Amino acid sequence: MQEIVQYLFSGITTGAVYAVIAVGLSMLYSSTELINFAHGEFVMIGALVMVTLWVRIGLPLPLAMAGAVGAGCVSGLVFERFAIRTARNPEPITLIIITVGAGIFLKGAAMIIWGKDPFSMPAFSSHESIEIFGAALLPQSIWIVSAALVLAGGIHLFLKQTLTGKAMVACAVNKKAAWLSGIPSEKMGILAFGISTGCGAVAGIFIAPITMSAYDMGTILGLKGFCAAMIGGLGSLWGAFAGGLLLGILESLGAGLISSGLKDAIAFVLLLLILYIRPGGLFAAKEAKRF
Amino acid sequence: MAIKNNYIRIEYLVFLCAVSAFGFVTENTYYLQIMTFIGINTLLGLGLNMLMGYTGQVSLGHAAFYGIGAYTTAILSGTYGINPWLSLVCAVAAAVFIAFIVGLPTLRLSGYYLAMGTLGFGMIVNIVIREWAAVTGGASGFVGIPVLEAGPLIFMSGANYYFLVWGIVFAAMIVCRRLLASRTGRALRAIHDGEKTAVAIGINTHLLKLEIFIFAAALGAVAGFLYAHFVLFISPESFGFMFSIKIVTMVVIGGMASVWGALLGATVLTLLPEVLHGFAEYEMIIFGTVLMVVMIFMPQGLTRGIMDMIRTAGRART
Amino acid sequence: MTQSEPTPGIPAKQILDVQNLTKMFGGVKAQDQISFSIEKGIVCGLIGPNGAGKTTLFNMITGIYQPDAGKVAFNGKDIRKTPAHRLVKAGIARTFQHVELFSSMTLLENILVGMHVRTQAGFWAAVTRIPAMKREERQSRRRAEELLEFTGLCADAHKMAGDLPAGRQKTAQIARALASEPLLLLLDEPAAGLNPVETHALGKLIQKIKQSGITMMLVEHDMSLVMEMSDKVVVLDQGKKLAEGTPRQIQRNEAVMSAYLGNG
Ligand SMILES: Nc1ncnc2c1ncn2[C@@H]1O[C@H](COP(=O)(O)OP(=O)(O)OP(=O)(O)O)[C@@H](O)[C@H]1O
Ligand SMILES: [Mg+2]
Repeated sequence: MQEIVQYLFSGITTGAVYAVIAVGLSMLYSSTELINFAHGEFVMIGALVMVTLWVRIGLPLPLAMAGAVGAGCVSGLVFERFAIRTARNPEPITLIIITVGAGIFLKGAAMIIWGKDPFSMPAFSSHESIEIFGAALLPQSIWIVSAALVLAGGIHLFLKQTLTGKAMVACAVNKKAAWLSGIPSEKMGILAFGISTGCGAVAGIFIAPITMSAYDMGTILGLKGFCAAMIGGLGSLWGAFAGGLLLGILESLGAGLISSGLKDAIAFVLLLLILYIRPGGLFAAKEAKRF
Repeated sequence: MAIKNNYIRIEYLVFLCAVSAFGFVTENTYYLQIMTFIGINTLLGLGLNMLMGYTGQVSLGHAAFYGIGAYTTAILSGTYGINPWLSLVCAVAAAVFIAFIVGLPTLRLSGYYLAMGTLGFGMIVNIVIREWAAVTGGASGFVGIPVLEAGPLIFMSGANYYFLVWGIVFAAMIVCRRLLASRTGRALRAIHDGEKTAVAIGINTHLLKLEIFIFAAALGAVAGFLYAHFVLFISPESFGFMFSIKIVTMVVIGGMASVWGALLGATVLTLLPEVLHGFAEYEMIIFGTVLMVVMIFMPQGLTRGIMDMIRTAGRART
Repeated sequence: MTQSEPTPGIPAKQILDVQNLTKMFGGVKAQDQISFSIEKGIVCGLIGPNGAGKTTLFNMITGIYQPDAGKVAFNGKDIRKTPAHRLVKAGIARTFQHVELFSSMTLLENILVGMHVRTQAGFWAAVTRIPAMKREERQSRRRAEELLEFTGLCADAHKMAGDLPAGRQKTAQIARALASEPLLLLLDEPAAGLNPVETHALGKLIQKIKQSGITMMLVEHDMSLVMEMSDKVVVLDQGKKLAEGTPRQIQRNEAVMSAYLGNG
């Protein structure tokens, strides 16, 4: 029992990180129908910039966080401007390869900037852990989960309550109609890109204290985020969030009860199963189109 | 028709002459070794080019079949002492079987989902190779792969292996070309141009995509076999995500111009690290840039894009 | 073109029988209880204002969409569950409202792909180049050239399909559909975007196809063409069948007139 609760705690913590990654991917997909295969690299950027600003340079925590998120947003916007918008043939196969290429590029650049050695980062707050059912709950975990909730809630409110957010949703539903009613769909796309890669960077900030951060951490995290987004149904905000938590918990239980080496495989097997059986996501009523 | 056939024969002849001339003249084992790697990579490029270049189906996990080929032969001939030529058959059979099982559901997907599916599959294969240490040697690699022999011939590094690899490359090229010029090849290109239309015209696109996926997997397994018995030591890194992307880059450079595109792509990608000093450091940046720039400006691939540019320039002049 | 004309005297059989066909998109009924049938060898016009559901009907007959209710029978057989690619083999071919040629292939290759269901050569035959495969390939090419001749496209055989002028592309779609040797040919707005000369040539082509024994359904907004070509006309409006009859009956039908006038 105590063990299981412990796994649950750590699962929910990593799950919250996956959730934030998935929310970023999912919201970009819902407003531009693009899947960014480089998404994980923005998580990496967030984590490494955070480590640099907070640990190395010694900036105050809020400033370092703002810097890391800013780095994620700005690099995402640069990427959108020069690689996505200039593409002559914006078909999925082209965009897939462009974003994959961008991912490799960012990874290579990070390797040159930060080197190959992984970095560790101390927890944001160093309070005593709380004991529940004999399992230790780190304050760090509460931090991460509540911040993830606030972030997702903020995006939810933005999309539902603000004019810009509503315009973005309109673009997602029907680009042409949105354009006809005067919504600048290109600007909405840029905004979505910035928010999405910013979410990636936020996830990077969260994950930096719980694992080692290195230039090559992004690919797997991006894929896990995608897996989580698929579980929840691509394009659904809270679906992606729930998918992330579910994936984190399953991984943590699997690693603890079966084998820690196969931990990463869990996400991928789950990803394939979802793709094959319910491409619309676990919570979707209808099957998504396959063409 | 007749003229075209003769033209193809001349191309083949030039190719064969160049390959054998290089093999007979060069004594430098380093050059022969690089050429051998180019041949092995060409096989991978040829397979993925059929799937991606001609049929328009992305695979971000092609290195998995390369790994399946390499590890199957390594385990069977290294651990169990089975004749390597028999283990080649097993390696191809294993790749074909896995491609069938995986392809059946995966090829129902398209676009982003297909890319994610193949990527996930490649990751799973790599994790299995890494974690199944008792059989595969795990992360530290597999040692003890036997050298290939056929009667008095021993295929060690050098001219013998070079000729073996390029003989197979030549055969594979002919197979691909014949396939492309046939009813099947036309149907594959039709799928690339418009899958829905292809269905509406009576093509069983799922079956055909599966066939070509299996074909590419089989070529990949042959390449893996040749790689394993050439370097005699294999480890999981050679078959990971990064290598899958390398194969994709080869295809993107070669484009769907012709089977020669695959050869060009493989040559460029094999030579780059050898020619550029300190390439390893910038490898990812270079590949990433190539992928982005080519796809942004020439979505049909580099070779095809350049050919189209020349054609339009020629048309503008006349 | 292999079919002979229906023998006079023997009652013409129904090649297509549609009953109570219904299709919903979200809450919209794109097809509402459509029923009609088509006898072998005739040309059946299908008209209706924009959004009436004509293309949707074609998509259901060709297996691209599954109907929510109702029945489609082809030559007496229920085809609701048959996959689209099998229906082509069974003898249903179509063209698209928006030209869907394989643009990176030559016109000749487009026709050759159109023969896919009538040829056999598979993977191994292609790789080994057995004589049967070579023979089939030669025959295919000959037939493709005949078809190009039949449709008047000979001169363009080796041009890229995507480079052809719009009118030619429309005809090329018909040629490609004919390559599958259909019993029933569905034409979706073949005259849209054609100039009067081209439309006239199209009319001639449709008549030639009819003479070769192929049954046709013709969706068209060019009323004079439909009325001239069709033996029978079905009228749809907002997913419902409004009328059915000979061209003359339809021209005098008040409901049809008001539907067209009402919708502009
Ligand atoms: N895939 C789809 N999803 C949702 N609605 C659709 C779909 N296909 C068609 N519809 C709707 O069904 C209705 C009928 O469309 P359809 O294309 O069949 O009309 P049509 O008679 O061919 O019109 P046109 O003369 O403009 O070609 C329209 O309201 C259309 O918006
Ligand atoms: Mg229509």
